[in-house]
Amino acid sequence: MNKQVLSTSLSVGIATGLYGVSFGAIGVAAGLDVLSVMILSLFMFSGGSQFAFVGVLAAGGAPITAITSAWLMGIRNSFYALRLTSVVGPRGLMKLLAAQLSIDESNAVSAAQETRRDQKTGFWLTGIAVFVFWNIATLVGALAGNLMGSVEQWGLDAAAAAAFLGLLWPRLKDSWQLALLGAIAAIATTPFLPAGIPILVAAAVALIPLGGKK
Amino acid sequence: MILTVIVASLAVYSWKILGYLVPERFITDRFRDFAERVTVSLLAAMVMIQGFTVTGAVVVDARLPALLVAALLLWWRAPYILVVIAGAAVAAGLRALGF
Repeated sequence: MNKQVLSTSLSVGIATGLYGVSFGAIGVAAGLDVLSVMILSLFMFSGGSQFAFVGVLAAGGAPITAITSAWLMGIRNSFYALRLTSVVGPRGLMKLLAAQLSIDESNAVSAAQETRRDQKTGFWLTGIAVFVFWNIATLVGALAGNLMGSVEQWGLDAAAAAAFLGLLWPRLKDSWQLALLGAIAAIATTPFLPAGIPILVAAAVALIPLGGKK
Repeated sequence: MILTVIVASLAVYSWKILGYLVPERFITDRFRDFAERVTVSLLAAMVMIQGFTVTGAVVVDARLPALLVAALLLWWRAPYILVVIAGAAVAAGLRALGF
């Protein structure tokens, strides 16, 4: 096994785990019980969707808005999956497992490898590492959430924001205009629209043709 | 609440499994392009919502300097893990100092 792939996968897994603590704590603070928070990390298993889901509920949004926000936030995983299906080539029931692990981090590490073999290894190692660390961290955050005081005191809200910025960063070079517009749409509509809707407004912004892509 | 959580989880999973089940030739370039773009606008929106709002209100606090430090580290090509830790540390530190 390629050691570089292994170390990259592990470090991405650990970093993601860090803000998994943040997710667990934020989830409990949003009023979810520990079981619900764990179901999200085990079965939804997509950071952006999970934060969007609890974010809407925390702000007093309706369940259907929370579901829609999480669902729309997860659309990109479909395109990772399309790429990964030819790289990983899972068969039968392995498709179900590969699908669950098809997220930002596993696709990014896989795409960064040069050989087809390392791309495949990178996907599985990162997917498994993130899954394990993310879920352990979520449990720690959810259980310790009430003990350790506020999420804010530990800067965990800022950690989540920084994590999203880190995922956005590589895409800014090509699409900064779109990112700027999405950011403005979300923040400008926040005071006026019900929780979760600003995210949908930002999604709609992607329909506007602008930016120097392709 | 459990039901909402399960429905939401299945909804998100449906995207993931779709990519493994749909023959690639059925995915148009336009749809692929929209998915790329929607990822960018949604991530940007998440940075703003997570960074500058508190329950439906726009709030600028210690998260702003935390994000600026994170951006600086990303600019310097720092590892992802360091960016996340620095974001937490800057905000926690400033709040401990009373900001």
